[in-house]
Amino acid sequence: MRPMAQIAMVMNLDKCIGCHTCSVTCKQAWTNRRGMEYVWFNNVETRPGQGYPRRYEDQEKWRGGWELNRRGALTLKAGGRFRKLAGIFSNPRLPEIKDYYEPWTYEYRNLTDAPLGDDYPVARPVSSITGEPMKIEWSSNWDDNLGGAPAYGDLDPMVERLRQEASDKVRFAYEQTFMFYLPRICEHCLNPSCVASCPSGAMYKRAEDGIVLVDQDHCRGWRMCVTGCPYKKVYFNHATGKAEKCTLCYPRIEVGLPTVCSETCVGRLRYLGVLLYDADKVTAAASVPDDKDLYEAQLGVFLDPDDPKVLRACEDAGIPREWTEAARRSPVHALVSRYRVALPLHPEYRTMPMVWYIPPLSPVVDALSATGHDGEDAGNLFGAIDTLRIPLEYLAEMFTAGDTGPVRASLEKLAAMRSHMRALNLGETPDPETASAAGMRPADIEALYRLLAIAKYEERYVIPTAAVGDARRLEESAVPAGCSLDHPGGPGMGGDGPFGRDSGRRRLPLVSVENFHLLRRRQTSDDAEEA
Amino acid sequence: MTVLLWGALPYVALALLVAGLVWRYRYDKYGWTTRSSQVYESRLLNIASPVFHYGILFVLAGHLVGLFVPVSWTETFGVDEHAYHLMSLYGGTAAGVLTVAGVGLLVYRRRTRAPVFRATTANDKAMYLLLLGAIVLGMVAKLTHTGGNGYDYRSTIAPWARGLFTLRPETGLMTGVPVLYQAHAVVGMVLIAFVPYSRLVHMFSAPVQYLFRPYVVYRTRDPRRLGPRPERRGWERLGG
Repeated sequence: MRPMAQIAMVMNLDKCIGCHTCSVTCKQAWTNRRGMEYVWFNNVETRPGQGYPRRYEDQEKWRGGWELNRRGALTLKAGGRFRKLAGIFSNPRLPEIKDYYEPWTYEYRNLTDAPLGDDYPVARPVSSITGEPMKIEWSSNWDDNLGGAPAYGDLDPMVERLRQEASDKVRFAYEQTFMFYLPRICEHCLNPSCVASCPSGAMYKRAEDGIVLVDQDHCRGWRMCVTGCPYKKVYFNHATGKAEKCTLCYPRIEVGLPTVCSETCVGRLRYLGVLLYDADKVTAAASVPDDKDLYEAQLGVFLDPDDPKVLRACEDAGIPREWTEAARRSPVHALVSRYRVALPLHPEYRTMPMVWYIPPLSPVVDALSATGHDGEDAGNLFGAIDTLRIPLEYLAEMFTAGDTGPVRASLEKLAAMRSHMRALNLGETPDPETASAAGMRPADIEALYRLLAIAKYEERYVIPTAAVGDARRLEESAVPAGCSLDHPGGPGMGGDGPFGRDSGRRRLPLVSVENFHLLRRRQTSDDAEEA
Repeated sequence: MTVLLWGALPYVALALLVAGLVWRYRYDKYGWTTRSSQVYESRLLNIASPVFHYGILFVLAGHLVGLFVPVSWTETFGVDEHAYHLMSLYGGTAAGVLTVAGVGLLVYRRRTRAPVFRATTANDKAMYLLLLGAIVLGMVAKLTHTGGNGYDYRSTIAPWARGLFTLRPETGLMTGVPVLYQAHAVVGMVLIAFVPYSRLVHMFSAPVQYLFRPYVVYRTRDPRRLGPRPERRGWERLGG
């Protein structure tokens, strides 16, 4: 066993209202620069839809991720080492900017500087790439809220695949269709194909927290990572000629703060926490022959932080106690392994992604209520899951490589939770059958409810600081080592000196009274005892 | 003039190359990239770039053989002067044609595709001029001396080039060389000097180590580098 720690994320799609606040705040924090105009480290897609970049899930075209070769060993889908080096002079599988969208700005100056005339001045769109006036034909969210779905919906690679299997499941006619939002960031995979694709060795996975980063000083702009990532979450900065990607806001994570996208999420649907996993098992799990076994295989890689054997191994591996402690309280561990309601995005790419999703149930309840049935009755709900407007098969294509079993199990747990909690809220005795039908105990259901519905800030984000042993020094390092008034002749010197008033006495060390975590606990706790 | 061109210029070029590489590695690692324009335009580049790069690699190999393999070595392998000439003529011309076609298509693409042209710097233009100049001059020099066994540069230019590395440059050997070959050599030396100061520097980061490293790279935090980066000289806080 070789335990390692990973900061992972879970998103509860039931709660995503598609407001794009995460995308905008991320853009403002990280990619509001020249060369990165077209880049969204975080984007929110309407599904069904083509996604960003267009049809990125079509791996027959883009060749991202891993596949098994004839001998059953894991190889890069875009070709191994020799093929990469032989083809290094151009990369035929590289998406062009137009596959994302051509970024533009407007000629705002014309509004004030246009000469006096009969016509009202307008601000024409101007391409940020060519500098020429352009016609806006696509953007990162062109098919938001199913815009154009009757005409373009079939271009969704997942819909395309479903059409071959169950053609009547997906409808784009108004009042027959369905949609949900899918916020996406870098998956910070356990088996990252972008890192494996980088010829320069500039991309790396941090051993302490599993964050995948690009070393900007060593990147030489070979662009293989862009192709290697099946989620197309590594981008090429066309101004600097280097690759850039989501950093999981590591400067924030290191001091125990959630990422910008999580912090600003209006729906409070993101969860951040530590997962412990066995690094020795990753390759074997990523190479199981059947795509549909990949979800279970990945669950098998994770370690149980309550197991004393695991804790001892973590200690031997040098994982700090604060981290194993955080892993026990981790909401991600609870949702992924304990309750098994969260599912990975496209496990069939074999990268072992670490941003997981709770599939959406909400439209079912509304649809059931609209037909005059009791939308929160467990029996009705369970029956309705198979006839969801969002077809189970579609969700399964996204989260379990087409296996509807885990998706149904997850949705049943969510349905049981609704039914159980409604009974509690109405003062009825909840039927224990409801819980057990979904394979849970009432206590589990209430804990899951607390995590998903109450969703306290401290329970959503359990992030240990980067350097526990050095945490105090880190916090103090913001304070200058000496007093800023202590320069020669400054007011702090006020007569002190070898023969002055405090002569021979040592100054007290400067320590801030309240450290960062105390302050945050005080500001965010609900009652006085907690603080 | 002879000493200046054939005794001093080669060393100046070499010094500029080495110093430039060291300087670039120490102070401009961030700028050390291919500066690819493929995200703007992919279709032409997918043809032109491999053609050019493979062409220029053959050209490089040809120059290394031509300049640094003495006549006596090839003769011990039983390759006589005429056979060598034919090999160098046809092989060299094929590589040259590949290279010229590739670079021509690349320049055409750069000029006609608006986003690519907009991303072209003055440095790039100078680089293209030198590169094209060197390649075209070399081709012309070779193709204007095809009679008989061609111009025998292996008894003049090659010994001179080898002499440079033994620190005994025989500049006299270069006086009788045809003007076209001389011009090609001068432009080539300027190009070599220019490499580290242009985007051509990416040739020195050919990622051969990719063949030998494990696929997934892990990095651990440097325990000595926790907290903020130490202040660099000249950037200290005031009043500290």
